[in-house]
Amino acid sequence: MSDLILTASHLNKSYRQRSGKFGFGSTLVKALDDVSVSLRAGSTLAVVGESGSGKSTLARCLLQLQPLDSGEVLFQGRDLAKLSGSELRQQRRHLQMVFQDPFASLNPRMRVGEIVGEGLLVHQLGNADERQQKVLHMLKRVGLAEEDIHKYPHQFSGGQRQRIGIARALVLEPKVVVCDEPVSALDVSIQAQILLLLKELQQEMNLSYLFISHDLRVVRHIADEVAVMHQGKVVEYGDINDIYQSPKEEYTRNLLKAIPGHKRQQYQSI
Amino acid sequence: MTELLRIEGLTITPVNAPERRLVNNVSLSLASGKTTCIVGESGSGKSLTALSVMGLLSRQLQRQQGRLIFQGQDIAGLGNDQLRQIRGRKIGMIFQEPMTSLNPVLTVGFQIGETLTVHLGLKKQALKDKVASLLEQVGIPASRADSYPDELSGGQRQRVMIAMSIACEPAMLIADEPTTALDVTVQAQILKLLDDLKTRLNMGMLFITHDFGVVADIADDVVVMFRGGIVESGPVAQVLENPQHPYTKALLACVPDAEGKKPLKPIDYAWLNESTVAA
Repeated sequence: MSDLILTASHLNKSYRQRSGKFGFGSTLVKALDDVSVSLRAGSTLAVVGESGSGKSTLARCLLQLQPLDSGEVLFQGRDLAKLSGSELRQQRRHLQMVFQDPFASLNPRMRVGEIVGEGLLVHQLGNADERQQKVLHMLKRVGLAEEDIHKYPHQFSGGQRQRIGIARALVLEPKVVVCDEPVSALDVSIQAQILLLLKELQQEMNLSYLFISHDLRVVRHIADEVAVMHQGKVVEYGDINDIYQSPKEEYTRNLLKAIPGHKRQQYQSI
Repeated sequence: MTELLRIEGLTITPVNAPERRLVNNVSLSLASGKTTCIVGESGSGKSLTALSVMGLLSRQLQRQQGRLIFQGQDIAGLGNDQLRQIRGRKIGMIFQEPMTSLNPVLTVGFQIGETLTVHLGLKKQALKDKVASLLEQVGIPASRADSYPDELSGGQRQRVMIAMSIACEPAMLIADEPTTALDVTVQAQILKLLDDLKTRLNMGMLFITHDFGVVADIADDVVVMFRGGIVESGPVAQVLENPQHPYTKALLACVPDAEGKKPLKPIDYAWLNESTVAA
């Protein structure tokens, strides 16, 4: 199919973990066990699962931030795993990431303008003036002010920092954005703002999202398709409505059951 | 139904800026065997309210006015020695971050036992037996008493924290966002555990959260806080079904629902300012 922008097939990745008394032994942990997913252009694929299910490893392996043991990742027809360092760096422009922790993922010593503009500088896009203009435009688009360009990350709240992280990823006009639990560190009220911002930007810039989350309420609002991961395997994969209405796997049913607020339905709230 | 805790007109300010009311004239009450949820965003003053009940405010903050009546006694003016008799013994507390609130160089069994030795004077075999039974009550095999916190998962660490807080069978439990750092499935287990323990020990629970989904599952009464003050309070069904204050409505509207039918609506603070001034 031509509208698939990123296709991963038969990904395998395992770690060696120290175990036993004093960590002298070692066990092999399969973080990804024959995982295949594909992302349609302009849509959102959510990867859900508990901690340790391999969902973050999947994200990192898709972007080649970690080497795969085996499998291929096709981005616009090219296998990312086979690219050389410099070719891969060129492709990275189109593959960006928004991280979970807005407190840890921004360099505290850099000003917002430098953080957001660094990608443009690395990829040598435009001259200094054009870069400045792009940074300003992007900051305004994510809801920050022009003068924020001179501030440092610690001067912002968690939600604003996440906006900076989004501006940093999107200023390069990428095609695929991997969002690794982008709202799980935020208050519900801020979470709603960020989710709507991500949705708007997706339409404006025709972005494809790989959205990683353990919160099925959030996923329901942003995803088109869902892949449920458990112990390194994709246990269920398909259209979001199908999975929420008629989950086939016991594991998916348990995840859905764990959503807080079941009693709320009987309150018939607004 | 006996009243366990009553907070009257609690106001907390920074010591060097007494006009900035971080908690402003907050009053609420809690009965034995019931759960009162304090709901609000970060900065709304919900954690400060809870900390002041334990006498744990930082030195830069002061309780400017207000009475804290616990089991008929005003505990607001008590000194540290007297408060120490209450903390851990009559009022237990669970914090948000199970990773940072346990001591990494002591076994979890030792940390649970510490409370029992200090308050109840338990030693040796009696202590060991009690620790084992507490661990089993919170769903951890007794053999894990010799484990260190880093050998446990996040959910297990939170269970250890719960075991510590209920060790002396306190009359009241304060839980400050105990499930925010956990996965949804683990969160569901912990909420159920807290609810069971509350019923079994007939504790009053003061539960702090920003998530209305959690509120619906666990609360009997709800107190909604915004910018230091209470904007709405009442029985859970009433507040969730028929919210009166515009802020409560706005906060409910930004919780995503599992069916995905309801559009997400972020809080419009400018509009809220106008409508609360008008109200």
